[in-house]
Amino acid sequence: MTASAAHTPDRRAVPAATAGDYLALMKPRVMTLVVFTAFAGLVAAPADMHPFMALAAVLAVAMGAGAAGALNMAYDADIDAHMRRTRLRPVPSGRIAAAEAYGFGVVAALLSVALMALATGWLAAGLLAFSIFFYAVVYTMWLKRRTPQNIVIGGAAGAFPPVIGWAAATGTVGLDAVILFAIIFLWTPPHSWALALYKSGDYAAAGVPMLPVAKGAAETRRQIMVYSLLFVAMALAPLLTGLGGLVYGAVAVAGGALFLLLAWRVFRSRAGEAGSAAEGALYAVRAGDKCARDLFAWSIAYLALLFAALIAEHGFGLAWPLAGGV
Amino acid sequence: MAGDKPADEAPRALTPEETKARKRRNLMIALGLVAFIIIVFLVTLFRIGENITQWGGL
Repeated sequence: MTASAAHTPDRRAVPAATAGDYLALMKPRVMTLVVFTAFAGLVAAPADMHPFMALAAVLAVAMGAGAAGALNMAYDADIDAHMRRTRLRPVPSGRIAAAEAYGFGVVAALLSVALMALATGWLAAGLLAFSIFFYAVVYTMWLKRRTPQNIVIGGAAGAFPPVIGWAAATGTVGLDAVILFAIIFLWTPPHSWALALYKSGDYAAAGVPMLPVAKGAAETRRQIMVYSLLFVAMALAPLLTGLGGLVYGAVAVAGGALFLLLAWRVFRSRAGEAGSAAEGALYAVRAGDKCARDLFAWSIAYLALLFAALIAEHGFGLAWPLAGGV
Repeated sequence: MAGDKPADEAPRALTPEETKARKRRNLMIALGLVAFIIIVFLVTLFRIGENITQWGGL
């Protein structure tokens, strides 16, 4: 029996599920970033796509992301119930049964892959299927509870969307698509560990071996600095291949400098030393952990700006090439 | 009766508000499925149209 199966809240004591609960099951905030990066990959790819087919492809990615979120929430209900940040989710709170969430996730996954195959082809559909499998099985079921490197390896799941968008538009996966994958892959560790630094008490209570819990705050701050350097360097790579032009370059350089400054402040701080904040809200932090909160917040904004710059250059003609031409 | 559930496992009767919420939820899921079917239908039509165009160009 898995730890997940052991979590059986008394569903008779809570209100029946609403449509909003099913929306929450699909992790809409995560889905938004996934759809945004997939759309950026689709727009930046050197191929024309009929707008309706592009819309169908983006819808398939959104459904796939929602399916992966539902499967993750179903399996993690037991640990989510122990964390202030997640205990009100539909499954741990008992409004939706884990079995229903599994069923919803599997059906949504199958429909999303079928729609992608029909709209664009088997390469994008295969990548979508693999990314759902990677997030729901490799990350959620195998890595998350076993290793502090969970989000490093599992981060690949979140890095797939721009590649899927690229494959949907072109039918291939080129060097630029791999660069977009690498940008998100290297972004995930400093982003997730910045949050984990000031929420390590939550993870410890749930028994999840996030890096601050397993290796301590100092080692986490050191690894955040290392991955931040790698990430910011990779964010400049589109300038070398011509994928990014002047707008992207300005965002990548200025935003990257701020990212490194914030990561340096975290590295030099004692963030995460005294456990997590006592408050329940996501952004509630102790004074000593504020630099970690700042890095977490800027990491989301910076990634969004990088991909927004690509959309602006390739989708709205704001392209002033720096290298090989956009 | 042997087939009956024990009292503590009997399903709780829904309040009128919960019944309404459940109906709304079922309606939203049904609308979602219908929308998906329409999208698949349109994508299929688009694909068939592309193929016919290609045959016409041969």
